[in-house]
Amino acid sequence: MAVTKALSVREEVVKERLGLTSNYAAAYAVKSVDVDVIAAYPITPQTTIIEKLAEFVANGEIDAEYIPVESEHSALSAVIGAAAAGARVFTATSAQGLEFMHEVLYITSGLRLPVVMAVPGRALSAPISIHGDYQDIMSARDAGWVVMIASSAQEVYDSIIMAYRIAEDNRVLLPVMVSYDGFLMSHTTEPVEIYHEEYVRKFTPRNLNRPRLDPRKPITVGVIASPDWYYEIKYQVVNALKESKGVIKEVHDEFNKTFGTNYDIVERFMLDDADYVLITYGGASTGNAKEAAIRARERGLRAGVLRIRLFRPFPTDEVVNAIKDARAVAVIDRALSPGNTYEGPVFNDVVSASIVGELISRSFLLFTAYPRGRCSSTTSTIFIKCLMSTREPVSIRGRRYSWG
Amino acid sequence: MKQLTWKDLPIGGIIIEPGNARRNITGTWRTERPVIDQDACIRCRICWMYCPEPAILELDKPYVTKSGKKYDVTYEVDYDHCKGCGICAHECPVKAIKMVSEVTG
Amino acid sequence: MKVYFRTIKDLPVDEYYGPGQLTCAGCGPSIAVRWLLKAAGPDVIVVNATGCIEVTTTSYPYTAWSVPYLHVAFENSAAAASGVESALRVLRRKGILDTKAKVMVIAGDGGTYDIGLQSLSGMLERGHGVLYVLYDNEAYMNTGIQRSGGTPHFAWTTTSPVGSKLKGKVQRKKDIMSIVIGHHIPYAATANIAYPIDLANKVKTALDYLVEGPAFIHVLAPCPPGWRYPEEMTVEIARLATETGYFPLYEWDHGRIRFNPPSNAHFDKSRRKPIIEYLKRQGRFAHLTEEDIKEIEKEIDEYWDYLARLAKAFG
Repeated sequence: MAVTKALSVREEVVKERLGLTSNYAAAYAVKSVDVDVIAAYPITPQTTIIEKLAEFVANGEIDAEYIPVESEHSALSAVIGAAAAGARVFTATSAQGLEFMHEVLYITSGLRLPVVMAVPGRALSAPISIHGDYQDIMSARDAGWVVMIASSAQEVYDSIIMAYRIAEDNRVLLPVMVSYDGFLMSHTTEPVEIYHEEYVRKFTPRNLNRPRLDPRKPITVGVIASPDWYYEIKYQVVNALKESKGVIKEVHDEFNKTFGTNYDIVERFMLDDADYVLITYGGASTGNAKEAAIRARERGLRAGVLRIRLFRPFPTDEVVNAIKDARAVAVIDRALSPGNTYEGPVFNDVVSASIVGELISRSFLLFTAYPRGRCSSTTSTIFIKCLMSTREPVSIRGRRYSWG
Repeated sequence: MKQLTWKDLPIGGIIIEPGNARRNITGTWRTERPVIDQDACIRCRICWMYCPEPAILELDKPYVTKSGKKYDVTYEVDYDHCKGCGICAHECPVKAIKMVSEVTG
Repeated sequence: MKVYFRTIKDLPVDEYYGPGQLTCAGCGPSIAVRWLLKAAGPDVIVVNATGCIEVTTTSYPYTAWSVPYLHVAFENSAAAASGVESALRVLRRKGILDTKAKVMVIAGDGGTYDIGLQSLSGMLERGHGVLYVLYDNEAYMNTGIQRSGGTPHFAWTTTSPVGSKLKGKVQRKKDIMSIVIGHHIPYAATANIAYPIDLANKVKTALDYLVEGPAFIHVLAPCPPGWRYPEEMTVEIARLATETGYFPLYEWDHGRIRFNPPSNAHFDKSRRKPIIEYLKRQGRFAHLTEEDIKEIEKEIDEYWDYLARLAKAFG
């Protein structure tokens, strides 16, 4: 029944099916939400998003101001100015560009501005590499943004639409980053179903009822605060991000209802009876993990995959729920936190979640792994090795961690 | 002001009351105060123009000098905010403003 | 420049800045900002770069501003202002907001000559209708007097100290006006806190030109602790900067250059006061030898020669 209903909803809302890269899907999503100001600076692999948006603006397909700024620092600064003036805004970047705007990331959340940014993840220099990983995203992890990580072009499109609804919700008013694999997704064409604009517009009503720069009601934005005040104001951000999880779930539910989709803040794949759980994020890594789980099951191992779709705020309960009965859990990270006890950033988040879920006393094995080279060839190898070797530490940059 | 917490404050550190810095009583910084001799003052507006705060008030207050000259306005010092820099006294073309010590004056 | 205010009696009464800001006594930039806002009136949105004015006017929970105000960071005020201006334009076009507000950047010399130069150049090149005002107190005063690209040759600062080998700043002051004019914007002008009527007229003129593109005003604003002089001397020193020819008042208006009084008479060197009158009142120049002063004089002469050639070409 539910499937039939979803199908009929889909029939109604979908305007056309296009072959789009994740970058183009991002641009199409921005087009559909009646954006006002776009400011961006080109960087590989983000460039084709902003090329497409510039084209939309040049052809009058979007009524927006496109500010071709002279740097990423200015890109985020310009959308901050525009958002503070009441506009709906968009920017996008990758890697070095995200690092260059790093300072401004914290200011965006501190000023509580609903900026939406797409970030196809890319490796950080040096040596310079234009290829995909999530090191850039992880360096922005503590900036007080909502961070979503998509795994398909359709999901990029859908997530950006959701992002506006989340960011502009008066209970949230925080910036949202929608991330995905650089190149492996940003430059790979997939079929994407584009919605009729009226449905998207209705789903993303403009919120002018938030603080903005208006001479009729002058406010001061961007103050200096002594420590007495600083921590109160910063704690509002911490709290808002924590509380945003409820709103994000609500937005997911409503999106699913409106557009006949089936999103959650995590994706569960063959998890219900899984003894072995692989946790990962992004497109390629998830695809390979699913393949590995299928192959593991062929060998008689009950394996499943948990994909982190909402990275910040972290889906602690969902992770605990997915691993509480597991015999072994492996986290495939696409970034490193050098010098940390265990280098995988999401691995560390999973460990924290285990403590929260009081799973520490239970006996199970945790693995952390970072695929060397291109993700495609190594992820499944690592997973299989993780599953097969419960005695020996995993090789290939993998590490075994156990307690209980 | 009562120490408000994160639960009470507007978000984003936004200040919603324009010009409320008026509550900072910067006059306490002063070591010397400007005193305007209303009879000597020629109402040229120069002290008012150059005051950085602004702490020279232009008031619609008529005044008749000892010599019988009538003025529609009076310039007075806002001692709550005057920091005592002395620009007004220094720039006054008729030396109608004196800087007087806050301690001995 | 159009004349909106002929005499001191014409100057507007309403205040949009202060009092109660935490600027030092005798603050030159504070005089500048007060007159920027008085001239601009209430329908303006200010974007402020990090600096003295920013930290002294927005100390939470108090603000000295009675117009909408945005501070983002140090180097990006021009970028943030580009965003505000673009937002107002598109929201007006879409009929979402009905606003005629103008956008004004207020930034110091550090935020303009140095760390903010890139975003300023970007804003000027893209042609945003924003008035960018540089209040120049010739060093990083907020962090405690460090040299900037706007600090003059020989001046003492904490990072251009007077030592046994090096005495004050080794380099000359950057010519920011020429850099700005190089962007061929409609209007750029210099102004000085000692001449508020001229300053107010330039602000009004610049705001009127914003429909065509960006405008820039470079305001000299002395700093008592940084320049090392008694607080009451702020206006006198600022006035001497112009009277000695150190800081000429002029405008770049649609490709034409025009000199304003009293600087319009200063092509004739004999009409300029001796530079020593300006230098001797400031502790930051206390170490200068006669040769140093001669060198400064020579540099000012060279600058006037450059300006004379500009005036000849574009007057």
